[in-house]
Amino acid sequence: MQRFLDLTLDGLASGAIYAAVALSLVMIWRATRILNFAQAGMLMLTTFIAWSILDAGGGYWLAFAAALASGFLLGAVVERVVIRPVEGAPPLNAVIVTLGLLVVLQAGAGMVWGNQPESFPAAFSIQGFELFGHTVPFSRADLFAVIAVAIVLVLLVVLFRRTSIGLQMRAAALAPDVSKLLGVRVGRMFTLGWGLAAMVGALAGVLVAPSVFVSPSSFDAILVFGFTAAVVGGLESPPGAVVGGILVGLALSYMSGYFGSSTVTLGALGILVAVLMIRPNGLFATSHTRHV
Amino acid sequence: MAATEQRAADPGVDPAGLATRLSRLTLTRNLGIALVAGVVLLLISNALSPFDNLQLATMAYTFIAVAGLSLLTGLNGQVSLGHGALMAIGAYTAAKLFAEDPGPGWPLLAVLLAATAVTALAGVVIGAAAARLRGPYLAGATLALAVALPSISERFPDFLGGSNGLTIIPPLPPSGLGVDFALERWHAWIACLGALVAFVVLANLVRGRQGREWRAVRDDEIAAELCGLHVARSQVLAFVVSAACCGLAGGLFVVVTQLAAPGAFPLALSVSLLAAAVLGGLGSLGGAAAGAALIVLIPRWSDDASAALGLTTNVQANLALAIYGLLLIAVVLLAPRGIAGIFGRAAHAVRTRWESQQMRRHERRGEVG
Amino acid sequence: MMVTRKRRLAALMAVAMLAVGVSACGDDDSSSSSGDGGAPPPGVTDTTVKVGGHFPLTGPAAPGYSQIPKGIEAYFEYVNAQGGVNGRKLEYIARDDGYNPTNTVKVTRQLVLQDKVFALLSGLGTPTHTKVVDFLNASKVPDLFVASGCLCWNEPEEHPWTFGWQTDYLTEGKILGQYVAEKYGGKKIAYFTQNDDFGEDGVKGLDMEIPKDQVVARETYESGNTEIGPQVAKIKAAGADVVVAFTVPAYTALLRLAQVQLNDVTPLVVSNVGSDPTTLGGLLKSFSKGKADTSLIEGMETASYLPALGDTENPWIELFSKVRQEYLADEPLDGNILYGMATAYTFVTALERAGEDPTRQGIVDAIKEGDLQGPGLVPTRYSADSNAGYSGVQIGVVKDGVIELTGEPLVTDAGEGAIEPYTEEQPPPPSEGVPGT
Repeated sequence: MQRFLDLTLDGLASGAIYAAVALSLVMIWRATRILNFAQAGMLMLTTFIAWSILDAGGGYWLAFAAALASGFLLGAVVERVVIRPVEGAPPLNAVIVTLGLLVVLQAGAGMVWGNQPESFPAAFSIQGFELFGHTVPFSRADLFAVIAVAIVLVLLVVLFRRTSIGLQMRAAALAPDVSKLLGVRVGRMFTLGWGLAAMVGALAGVLVAPSVFVSPSSFDAILVFGFTAAVVGGLESPPGAVVGGILVGLALSYMSGYFGSSTVTLGALGILVAVLMIRPNGLFATSHTRHV
Repeated sequence: MAATEQRAADPGVDPAGLATRLSRLTLTRNLGIALVAGVVLLLISNALSPFDNLQLATMAYTFIAVAGLSLLTGLNGQVSLGHGALMAIGAYTAAKLFAEDPGPGWPLLAVLLAATAVTALAGVVIGAAAARLRGPYLAGATLALAVALPSISERFPDFLGGSNGLTIIPPLPPSGLGVDFALERWHAWIACLGALVAFVVLANLVRGRQGREWRAVRDDEIAAELCGLHVARSQVLAFVVSAACCGLAGGLFVVVTQLAAPGAFPLALSVSLLAAAVLGGLGSLGGAAAGAALIVLIPRWSDDASAALGLTTNVQANLALAIYGLLLIAVVLLAPRGIAGIFGRAAHAVRTRWESQQMRRHERRGEVG
Repeated sequence: MMVTRKRRLAALMAVAMLAVGVSACGDDDSSSSSGDGGAPPPGVTDTTVKVGGHFPLTGPAAPGYSQIPKGIEAYFEYVNAQGGVNGRKLEYIARDDGYNPTNTVKVTRQLVLQDKVFALLSGLGTPTHTKVVDFLNASKVPDLFVASGCLCWNEPEEHPWTFGWQTDYLTEGKILGQYVAEKYGGKKIAYFTQNDDFGEDGVKGLDMEIPKDQVVARETYESGNTEIGPQVAKIKAAGADVVVAFTVPAYTALLRLAQVQLNDVTPLVVSNVGSDPTTLGGLLKSFSKGKADTSLIEGMETASYLPALGDTENPWIELFSKVRQEYLADEPLDGNILYGMATAYTFVTALERAGEDPTRQGIVDAIKEGDLQGPGLVPTRYSADSNAGYSGVQIGVVKDGVIELTGEPLVTDAGEGAIEPYTEEQPPPPSEGVPGT
């Protein structure tokens, strides 16, 4: 029972991070119908930027803010420069471009920062809380991750539901041509969507970095887990992404705990395939549309 | 891809008689090309140092995998980021059969056939799942496959060698070739022969009835279905053929490196296969060859270049990767048909000599559409 | 089993014959320059000797280990500045394999076939280097001083060209095991080891000395998978009083972090290859705010066959500090750079011994003469029928960020033999710090 509790808390902590990655994928999917494989590279880059600030003696929160800000900038620039030409093109083009971007970002980071893993601090103590006289694998840093992701989710929901800009973003994504006629600056909305999504990705990067170290390819697995979470949640809905992230985090933690850590990626593959085969629109989908 | 936008309706256009005659011509032509290529490769291999022969062998097995992927993506419209994992299946099958006790392992040919067959079988399963997925979903699922599959070996360390992998004794050249005959040259011969066989088989499939069916399915699934084609079956078949190629490539990989280990099949391998297919031009076998050659040669060139320019180790270690990435983006944005597209006109002229007026007109239409 | 072994041997011999053919061909290109004494071996010219190795310069095993080639190069430069070895300057090529066996196969072939090195020196890693041993022996390339403690480098019958250097993991495991069994008599002991030959050899040694019923957990990790929380939780749940780890530095650091998360203060005993305080300090620096970088590993116990870095009185440490100051000023002298320099010293000794016109067979024979203790605390096992390196270790503890050796050096064999103290005084380096001077 103790072990089950430990694994549950562990899963919750990593689930929050998968949820953040899933959120960033979902936002880009909603905005531009593109699955952003470069996300792993983008959040790696922003985490390295934060690392550089820390390494130069800057404070944690400065580095944290820099990661988010550079994430927004990076997302916007990427959308403008390499994604814009493949928006609306066959999906394969976008797949290849984002993969290419992933490779370029990893190579670039390797050139600048080297390919050795670097240590990255957590916002708060990584020592687990005491619960019933037992230290559980859930720390202040993990609690911060969960709260941060929850706040992001709330902000996004408010943005999309309650603000004019959010409404314009949704309109641009759903019906670009009509929106254009109605005076929505669709291109700008796409850029904004990418920027915000990359910012959420950057958050995931700094949150997960303490436990995987930072190196150009540290975050590949996170992308797979995040994608799995996004698919579980249906790729369309931010709340779905968060629930998907938590579910995937829990499932993988139990697998790792009860069957060994080498089963984790296989577990993710299993969940992914099962969901895609049985409910291709995610566990929470209401409508059934097939995107070709 | 311009190619994916093509609207084709071959099955309705081609008279059956013409198709049969064409396919016979195609077979003869492809055998001819393979024969010439074989002679050229033999001459090249004899002139090369052992290390260069090793690179030739690498190119040859990479070509097979890239060709399989290029066919799947370019002709059938299914994208896969998991072909590295399929190579792993072929490689582990081969390694098990080479090294398995008791008695001598299986003969080389049998091992390669088995690697091909087992991977094709895996292709049936994966292909059946893949046929239900589209575009980015398929890409994401196969990405997960690429990341997850190699870890199976860590789950079964006794059978699959864990992260240590399985090592084999390399197949030795027949004594008739003399004692001076380099092992690397022999392996290059085996790999090139495998590549040529794969080329002939694929080229015939592509040019034949099956190829047209695949293209039809790629271009418009609903139209294809209305024409009486079995869309899902066609997609699964394309995946199986593609997987078989990876199986053979994986088997040859083991022949050349004498090793099957999880580290040999990282996500980067799958990405580089796709990069080669895209660079070469999706759906083109010649392009696949060019792409495969490039991804073997780019690291070498970039190593030499960075050594000559005195670049730092960090830059040197990542230069090849950066070049792949930039090329991938550049190709999609600037030259969507890859190398094959750039050389397409010349190739086109040669090709059309063998094809009907009707087909040529169709190709043209495809290019502008 | 017997059948396989024979078949293996037959195949190897066949490969060997082929490789002779290959190298003979290769020599044709450059034989014009040779005089009456026959062509010099690949990698040797009148003015240079070129050797190379494969290392994880990238990836999870890179922290620490990527420093080793720098140590080798620095000592080579030091020797070159004093005229080289028999008038030949030493060149070193370090190629990156990322601790990935497939890449090791690739870069080793590149070293032998393209770079045409005279010998491999200090190719790093058990799972990696095992994949190229057959190739190197078939090609008759001296495979010197593999940077790994696998027992498998000492197979003179099957692999006459391969030589170990550092104390093998079994020997180290035995000595660490005896130490732990004595210090934690009757207590609960846990293992945390890398899931490959490296970890397995260590466990074999540990099991020879630690009573089986005292071992309450045997957890492993896969290099590359940073998720080790569940394993560490299991160790904690088993109530271990001490954790013995055969890990590479990144995983020693991850182990320590997972412990911190669980507020677990169980002491660690870590194998030599995973315990360099500078490397660990670098990996853990973000987690020890306000304190010395190595505060998280203070008190960790380990073993060493080289003098302690903190022992500045030791003439070998003095020598290597001097070399570092002159040729590697940007880097601190850590355990890995020391390792590289010590390996390089041993190589230079052997090359010196191989004479005016070194051949591949010549350097192998020179090593087999034995007596190559050099900077080591204990003698080497090299002899006519042994290709093994150092024969024991001394227990050490991390104190103020450096390893401090305690007790005396212990030696044993890689079998059932007893563990005995080694009491001979360590011979100092030659006056100029170059063998033969």
